Amino acid sequence: MFSYYLQLGFHSLKRNPVLTLLMVLGIAIGIGASMTSLTVFHVMGSDPIPWKSDKLHYVQMDSWDPNRAYDDDDQSMPPDQVTYRDAVALIEAGKADRQAVMYKVAWPVQPENRDIKPFQSLGRATSGDFFALFDTPFEYGNGWDRAQDKEHARVVVLARETNEKLFGGQNSVGKRVRLNDVEYSVVGVLKEWKPKIKYYDLTNGSFSDPEEFFVPFNTAIELKTPAAGNNNCWKNSAEGWEGYLESECIWLQMWVELENATRTAEYHSFLDNYVAEQKKLGRFPRPVNNRLPDVNQWMKDNRVVSRDVEIQLGLSFAFLVVCLVNTIGLLLAKFMRKTGEIGLRRALGASKPQLFMQHIVESGVIGISGGLIGLLLTWLGLMAVRGLYDYFDSVARLDWPMVLATIGLSIVASILAGLYPTWRACQIAPAAQLKTQ
Amino acid sequence: MLKMNHLSKVYRTHMIETHALRDFSIHVREGEFVAVTGPSGSGKTTFLNIAGLLEEFSGGEFFIDGVSVSGLGDDARSRLRNEKIGFIFQGFNLIPDLNLFDNVDVPLRYRGFSAADRKRRIEENLARVGLASRMKHFPSELSGGQQQRVAIARALAGSPRLLLADEPTGNLDSLMARGVMELLEEINRQGTTIIMVTHDPELAARAQRNVHVIDGQVTDFDEEPRLRVPENGRDTVATTA
Repeated sequence: MFSYYLQLGFHSLKRNPVLTLLMVLGIAIGIGASMTSLTVFHVMGSDPIPWKSDKLHYVQMDSWDPNRAYDDDDQSMPPDQVTYRDAVALIEAGKADRQAVMYKVAWPVQPENRDIKPFQSLGRATSGDFFALFDTPFEYGNGWDRAQDKEHARVVVLARETNEKLFGGQNSVGKRVRLNDVEYSVVGVLKEWKPKIKYYDLTNGSFSDPEEFFVPFNTAIELKTPAAGNNNCWKNSAEGWEGYLESECIWLQMWVELENATRTAEYHSFLDNYVAEQKKLGRFPRPVNNRLPDVNQWMKDNRVVSRDVEIQLGLSFAFLVVCLVNTIGLLLAKFMRKTGEIGLRRALGASKPQLFMQHIVESGVIGISGGLIGLLLTWLGLMAVRGLYDYFDSVARLDWPMVLATIGLSIVASILAGLYPTWRACQIAPAAQLKTQ
Repeated sequence: MLKMNHLSKVYRTHMIETHALRDFSIHVREGEFVAVTGPSGSGKTTFLNIAGLLEEFSGGEFFIDGVSVSGLGDDARSRLRNEKIGFIFQGFNLIPDLNLFDNVDVPLRYRGFSAADRKRRIEENLARVGLASRMKHFPSELSGGQQQRVAIARALAGSPRLLLADEPTGNLDSLMARGVMELLEEINRQGTTIIMVTHDPELAARAQRNVHVIDGQVTDFDEEPRLRVPENGRDTVATTA
């Protein structure tokens, strides 16, 4: 019978084309608006590295001002970056399975090919573990190892686009690249790697573009490369680069990979001990407050999904409800116009459940039609979001789960909208309707 | 085939009680052709609706084919209606945007016949009413008489044992009415019980038995049905001894 109901549902669409169009458009616009918001919300909130997000932990230690918490809004939250002294100490201790310290740098790239003009480029100075830690995919070569970290090696990993620009996409491993007047040897080229959320450095923008190159952390430090990202200090530092490195300024991000909860607890304990030692040296004047949030917790802490997005999502779903109320009215009008047919079908042997099913399927058919147009509107809506806000480029995109969710939501919504009109239609007394035909 | 004992039907509003049927008793035997006559508002249609299980009754007993209808749920009533009863309406009640094939298909769908069985029944019954060649036509392309023939084909498609006809010729001119009436008589000769509500005394006279309803009660009831006996290819009406 389901195929018969489906056939009747599609047939019914043609019966009152204007009414049908109004209902389908009502659902489509509501679905388009809500799914545009939901897609952005879904991608923003989705796990960017689900296979190991629970093993990657961001390191937070409270080395801040004794008289004032780092975060006025949430005083329990330690600073979101670490000092150079602490980062180096933790890296040297090597207590984690993998560990990477990092910061954002801005260097000019000076191509050997005179046809290509030098250009300013954003990169990341980090530890060799960075690539294994975040499972970055390599097109050619690899990252550097811990020995090269220690040696301050002049090596570089290029992003795919940079390699395209400098070497036409060829295997450039072993070739030389000049960055800020220093020559580096290419050891690896990444494949396309654009996490939708730049979770490994939320302090410098959750949706920023990924880096164009990566160089060893110690190399960048040796070359006295200042951070191109956030840098916060609560007391003055001594003069010069060395003074800055020894200061209480926070400007580095640090991630560790810990295989399981036991390892995490051990590392947490190590941090507590480290801070206790530092307190003896007169540092860390605030109470011990070390945190090791995993990727998803770190995204929550940084409100990657902002309050504005949540409000927008709520409003768009409220709009969908308004559209559905409108659809309820139109469906009621549609079903009430065919009371004669409903009475006739009852007389010819249809039971109430059969008629109920028939009309629910008819509502579902309207939902499918609305959903398909809604999908198109969602796609257009996301294009508009990307056009308006560059930094949403990576998140305002439809994926398959959201396509299916769009169709599913429109079917569920239209069935919900069809419940009351269908119930009313099934209450029709057939005898009265047949007499009035 | 159909038996009502002391049946009553009361329509209640918060102010008024209207007795549409009172102490209504009738026994229609298998194979009979019964005409129900009476003035407007006398309760003929209410009787037909109750007989067709389209309305509940307020009191009394009602049996179809030996099955007591009292206490049957909606599903069971729908099934009984679908399997045993066919309807013919004054206004034909065809679904305008379905072609003749699909119109006749409606009761068969609810019966759960296979596609092949449905096709066979639709074709047979449309052929029976002389419209086999117009299966893909829509009701609006047919005359009133042809539309009523389609309605008869639809009523017969599920092989019901009881056919309920409410003023089946009321919307037709006399020529078309005669054609429809002859078709009903032929169907009755083949064994289907027919109860027909009509205002037309000429049509009523062609039935085997007349039931006259006034104020919701049977006032004139031929106890002994007149049997239709074929004689030299023509029907005559005889009274049983």
